[in-house]
Amino acid sequence: MGEARFKPGDRVTVRKAYPLGHIRTPFYIRGHSGVIERLCGTFGNPEELAQQRSGEPKQPLYRVRFMQKDVWPDYRGDPGDALEVEIFQHWLE
Amino acid sequence: MKDSGNYQPYNYFQLMEVSLRELLVEKGIVTEAQVAAAVQEMRERTPELGARVVARAWVDPAFKAGLLADGTRACEELGIEVPSLKLVVVENTASVHNMVVCTLCSCYPRMLLGIPPEWYKSRNYRSRAVREPREVLAEFGLVLDEGTNIRVHDSTADMRYLVLPMRPRGTEGWDEKQLASIVTRDCMIGVAVPASS
Repeated sequence: MGEARFKPGDRVTVRKAYPLGHIRTPFYIRGHSGVIERLCGTFGNPEELAQQRSGEPKQPLYRVRFMQKDVWPDYRGDPGDALEVEIFQHWLE
Repeated sequence: MKDSGNYQPYNYFQLMEVSLRELLVEKGIVTEAQVAAAVQEMRERTPELGARVVARAWVDPAFKAGLLADGTRACEELGIEVPSLKLVVVENTASVHNMVVCTLCSCYPRMLLGIPPEWYKSRNYRSRAVREPREVLAEFGLVLDEGTNIRVHDSTADMRYLVLPMRPRGTEGWDEKQLASIVTRDCMIGVAVPASS
């Protein structure tokens, strides 16, 4: 099982990578930085499961909070608006 | 003989579903009865389940604390099974309004809200909810107070999200059943808020 490397409050950046396959990291959030809101637990790696493999080692899954104005430069709402996305640890650095 | 039926050929996905189902049955992996039972089970899940959970949280602070800490376990306390998924309940307050989307597909807390509405699965909602949530809410008729921040939850992996709305004014003294009656599906997705009248 993958050890959790991050804790709530840590600042993280989503890897800017574009591998093929079943990826649960949305395109729009790749390359952006946010803060760990919580560790959700560890789950089978969907990229492996989609290939009919075991999904092991399981990956820690986090909810990461991003500020809307950081993600969308032309964001028109309040600067305090946020966006939370579940991201697996191997996508964070 | 007059034929008034409106027959349509299967579309691509319907054909795929039938083919796959027949194959699984033929190979003995599932039975027709199991498929029918699973469909029935899904149909019986309606937003009334979610509304019961919200109403209980409004009247019982200890339940609410447990619900926010571990949504799955709190639902089980009410006798609502939340199989194999982790439920995260997010609470609306005077300063934060939550809304839920799945930009990648259509992940949805089906065990509490049943089958998702068509718009939840539409490309329009999925792409715009994360980018211009205030405009999307306005189209649902919801304009937030100045000073209320929006928190959009993109349901991308193994969690499922339920919004716990604020209990509206004018509901003092209501029992759980009355309270549940004003908690609509859209309130629990976060595109509406409950009203007392």
